[in-house]
Amino acid sequence: MKADIRVALVGNPNTGKSTLFNALTGLNQKIGNFPGVTVDKKIGYTQLPDGRRAEIIDLPGTYSLYPKSRDESIVFSVLAEKATELTPDLVIVIIDATNLKRNLLLYTQVADLKIPVIIALNMIDLSKKAGIDIDINKLAAKLGVPIVPVSARKLEGIGELRTAISYANKFALQQESIDVKGIAPGIIESISKEHGIDNPYFSLQLAHQHETLKFLTPEQSERIEQLEKEHGFHSQKAQATETIARYNYINDLLYDTVKTPVTAHDESISNKIDKILTHRVFGFIIFIGVLLFMFQSIFAWSEYPMSLIEGLFVWMEGGLRNILPAGPLADLLIDGVVAGLSGVLVFIPQIAILFAFISILEDTGYMSRVTFMMDKIMRKVGLNGKSVVPLIGGFACAVPSIMSTRTIENWKDRMITIMVTPLVACSARLPVYTLLIALVVPNRNVWWIFNLQGLALTGMYVLSLVSAIIVAYVMKFILKARERGYFIMELPVYRMPRWNNVLFSMYERSKTFVLEAGKVIIAVSVILWVLSSYGPGDRFTNIEKKYQQPQYTQSMKPDSLARVISTEKLENSYAGVLGHVIEPVIKPIGFDWKIGIALITSFAAREVFVGTMATIYSVDGDADRIDSVQDKMRNAKNPNTGGPVFTLAVAFSLMMFYAFAMQCASTVAVVYRETKDWRWPAAQFVYMTVLAYGAAFLVYNLLK
Amino acid sequence: MTLEQLGVGETGIVKEFTDLEMSVKLMEMGCLPGESVRVSRIAPLGDPIAIHVSGYQLSLRRFEASTIILQ
Repeated sequence: MKADIRVALVGNPNTGKSTLFNALTGLNQKIGNFPGVTVDKKIGYTQLPDGRRAEIIDLPGTYSLYPKSRDESIVFSVLAEKATELTPDLVIVIIDATNLKRNLLLYTQVADLKIPVIIALNMIDLSKKAGIDIDINKLAAKLGVPIVPVSARKLEGIGELRTAISYANKFALQQESIDVKGIAPGIIESISKEHGIDNPYFSLQLAHQHETLKFLTPEQSERIEQLEKEHGFHSQKAQATETIARYNYINDLLYDTVKTPVTAHDESISNKIDKILTHRVFGFIIFIGVLLFMFQSIFAWSEYPMSLIEGLFVWMEGGLRNILPAGPLADLLIDGVVAGLSGVLVFIPQIAILFAFISILEDTGYMSRVTFMMDKIMRKVGLNGKSVVPLIGGFACAVPSIMSTRTIENWKDRMITIMVTPLVACSARLPVYTLLIALVVPNRNVWWIFNLQGLALTGMYVLSLVSAIIVAYVMKFILKARERGYFIMELPVYRMPRWNNVLFSMYERSKTFVLEAGKVIIAVSVILWVLSSYGPGDRFTNIEKKYQQPQYTQSMKPDSLARVISTEKLENSYAGVLGHVIEPVIKPIGFDWKIGIALITSFAAREVFVGTMATIYSVDGDADRIDSVQDKMRNAKNPNTGGPVFTLAVAFSLMMFYAFAMQCASTVAVVYRETKDWRWPAAQFVYMTVLAYGAAFLVYNLLK
Repeated sequence: MTLEQLGVGETGIVKEFTDLEMSVKLMEMGCLPGESVRVSRIAPLGDPIAIHVSGYQLSLRRFEASTIILQ
């Protein structure tokens, strides 16, 4: 879409920036990635009063132009890089009126880049309520920029902001804030001269950030490095000098424009809430209660929409089978593409619900309290207070949980969280566990109240959490930190969640998942379909010929004949052949080639195990009925020993394998999406497979 | 005396920092020399702590607080 003016939205975290973005653009927005990095780029459009169209770019929230995370480093590069498709004509700096001082730091930095600026003074209603008296006209006159008071949450002042955008100047008219040249005169002059820059602050930023800026060539960056040595430029010292100078300027500025009461009203309420929510006893009880409620809801509320989606696809498959002429094309479309699509869409309810909760927790300010309470424990194992939610979310599904790790700013903490989250027992493992436990663990009580089967299942869940923590601890020593870990974090005032934002976040995350991870999942499901429905040479035609002979067609009913055929076809398919190929490898952990087939097909998703078992053991009726699968598996005999295939050792070995192995195409896809590097999902796949094989081997040989 | 040694409810005024890298981050967040800081609460497990500075609440680890020297 073509726009007449491009506007970048910049501001501190927790200032209502995304609320303002949503208020300006409505549903008229699209999400992508900034080139080369995993940072969500949100672009929206808004109609100005004079009929022009403005394109609004939402930049990640940051406290200053000096980045503390990779997300934040986007801000300066978008503002600074000239003549790209993102270079803004105008910057709106959104400022929280209840916290002017800290918010103005970023404003003065952006203003010194000499891009035309408008200030959106957000939460003006709250600041009035808190008794903060701001002389907006005087402040605007002193700064030399328009200030528009808004309340994004109440949709007040949005029209005025649009008008201000339409009247925006082409030239920056803001007042000088601090003496930038005085901070590092030598290097600023050299860089300005060599790069032909007339803005001293831009030159200073180049000196600070040249190593990470993509628009500088390696030679240019090398040259700046050399200039730094010549002039004795020390980045951190210069930054300290600059920050102090800026706050002095801000203090002067606010001295006769703003009157703040001693304690703000909101804050005292917030303080009371904090006394309970971060209490040493109640704090943890409430937190555990919130988590339990969250995951209960993810299970309970997603059940109905998920079965609805599955039902819809079953109906679609039936319909397509009736319309399309039977043949390989119809099979590919129905069993490969449509089945893959249903495998993607079925995750939407869980993703949407988890992100509804996460966005409520973040919006209200509770998430930062969770981090505050959990940081000490989580730090010990190489994680971060913020890793708690993805890890617990892993009990429902690793896919949305891995997407939610973006709230973790520290790169190393985030990577470790991503790497261990798939170990947590997700809901797809549940059918596998219940099937196998019911098969080998007797249904009786020990010590009166504990059911043995229940204990086994609980054990699997505890094991998953313990293994995730141990692996995280090991990774803490393997991964090298890219940045020094620190925990300087704002604890925002408690606020009511903005329901619009909650809805946006549900919609956005689901859409991202479907578009990005969906491709990989469908591709894998098509490949698996090919593997299980084609066989080498003319094996399949031979099977069909064999069962056309009268001794079969006359003695067997058509549906049981079809079942026998499909079982034999699966055995002779590429997947079946692969099962035979990997048999020597999986024999030491107690699996035969039939289980091998299930392991291969389960790569698409773990719950496929039950369905594959049903096909292999040719179950009567509905494959979803676990009882019937169970009976068939119980009766399966090992041709070598004459005993049952599924002994206690084999069943537990299988459970260990499913507990640790990365058998989930969706997770692989989402890890790739979040890390933008195939080496992460590859490393994860390898370590989890090794762990799975090792655990299965150990358990099989102990129980054999 | 450092910020780490303050108890809940106690106030101090920032004098200087012992760690340059940390000081840059802290100053950006409004925790500057001359600024008054008050410990508002300590996390249930004793670390991190929350302080009131520049009109808002900031949380930081004990180690980080120990790099802030008070007047």
